[in-house]
Amino acid sequence: MLNYENVSLTYPGTSTPVKALDRYSLTVAKGEPVALIGPSGCGKSTSLLLATGLLSPSEGEVLVDGKPVNKPRRETALILQDFGLLPWKTVFENAALGLCIRRFSKAERKTRVERALEQVGLSDFAKMYPGELSGGMRQRLALARTLALDVDVMLMDEPLSALDAMLREGLQDLLLTLWQQRGYTQVLVTHSIEEAVFLGRRIVVLSPRPGRVMTIIDNPKMGTFDYRGTEGFYRTCQLVRKALKAETSRSEGSSHGA
Amino acid sequence: MVRRLLGYTVAIFVILLGWHITSLVIGSPALPTPIDTIPMLQRYAAQLAPDFLTSFYRVIVAMVIGTVIAMPLGLAIGRTPKLDAFLAPILYILYPIPKIVLLPVLLVLLGLADAPKIVLIAITIFFQVLVTVRDAAKAVPEQAVLSVRSLGASRLDIFKDVVVPASLPDLFTALRISSGTAVAILFFAEAIAGRTGLGYFIVDSWAMLNYPRMFAGIIVMAFLGVLLYEIFDFAERRLTRWRKVGQ
Repeated sequence: MLNYENVSLTYPGTSTPVKALDRYSLTVAKGEPVALIGPSGCGKSTSLLLATGLLSPSEGEVLVDGKPVNKPRRETALILQDFGLLPWKTVFENAALGLCIRRFSKAERKTRVERALEQVGLSDFAKMYPGELSGGMRQRLALARTLALDVDVMLMDEPLSALDAMLREGLQDLLLTLWQQRGYTQVLVTHSIEEAVFLGRRIVVLSPRPGRVMTIIDNPKMGTFDYRGTEGFYRTCQLVRKALKAETSRSEGSSHGA
Repeated sequence: MVRRLLGYTVAIFVILLGWHITSLVIGSPALPTPIDTIPMLQRYAAQLAPDFLTSFYRVIVAMVIGTVIAMPLGLAIGRTPKLDAFLAPILYILYPIPKIVLLPVLLVLLGLADAPKIVLIAITIFFQVLVTVRDAAKAVPEQAVLSVRSLGASRLDIFKDVVVPASLPDLFTALRISSGTAVAILFFAEAIAGRTGLGYFIVDSWAMLNYPRMFAGIIVMAFLGVLLYEIFDFAERRLTRWRKVGQ
């Protein structure tokens, strides 16, 4: 469904060009949930932007559904760390934004938005502004906005990192439920090991800048809410932690932690 | 609403008191007391009312014209780096010139009636709004633009849904601040050319050495300023409702 083929990307930078990704290759199967984890500045966010078509690779190719992406695709959704909500639009209008841009009829917008808000538990807040919502509610609104669309690729850039621990677990459960209901291809960028293991059927560990795929850890048991308490969950977390540590110590050995 | 009216009532009382004391201390016929001045409002109402309406019409039409032209241009410049690179230096050169220096030219070209005054104020407002809106459009958070673009938004969608609403608060700040400048320019233009408007009324009273009449004109001009401020404030509250909520 989503293929990165030897993708490199160099940003112009202020003084010297910055290489964000270096020969990055990854294939995500249709309906597969993948978690990307790695040190900060490893090009995790860049790889998501490439998949949306908002950025183009300097070298290599990014394919979605077998076709190169060079502009935003209707069925791909992106959720950013700050949720990307518009403070001047109400909860309803924010949730309807994608539908408005796609010129859906008013009646269709209403049905779809009402259903999406209900799914994330925000039905009673439709007339409020994002400024009146808590962090967790804003995140759920960002989810509702993509749920209102017919999405088959869901890209999320640290969607829960601004939330406190208790709220995070609740929203992780919601993310799992929604993925199970919709069956979309999902790429979740996170820096939380537990989150990666809870939500990724495969956990992709990236190297520090320039980002490359270093290790891929299989996690076939994910997909149930009580996975968190199991021995398997704990062991997989340990594996991811070890892989991350190996990455960090290698980069510190070669570049003194630059 | 009640609190606003109460605020204005207290303010008027404080100003009149300060004025009265200053007038007594100075003891010059050039600064009459409010007690001498306020009856003049009634005595000259037949002249003041049409002059007020003329001045109000000139300033509001000018501000609307200036804003309507400057707003889209400012948004376009702010969001188009190439256009900005070309136009910004031009703007920096023209912006600090006091536009009032154009009055003689405008009087020659447009006569003595409404047109030169409206155009002069419109030019001033145009630059104020242009610079403010351009900066506001530049400062729109990139994350907001990115998330809307990822939904497949066109350039027009981004303007309509992101850039315009994000710039509105700054636009209204510019309008409220420049309404003071607009009234000052209006006074100057009306004092120099023509025989209508509050500016003329004030200068005419001065020529007659009728200071209480002159101060009656000044009071009405102050009212004009407050009215403009309140109009913009009202429009801002209607158009930027989201800012009232806790953030």
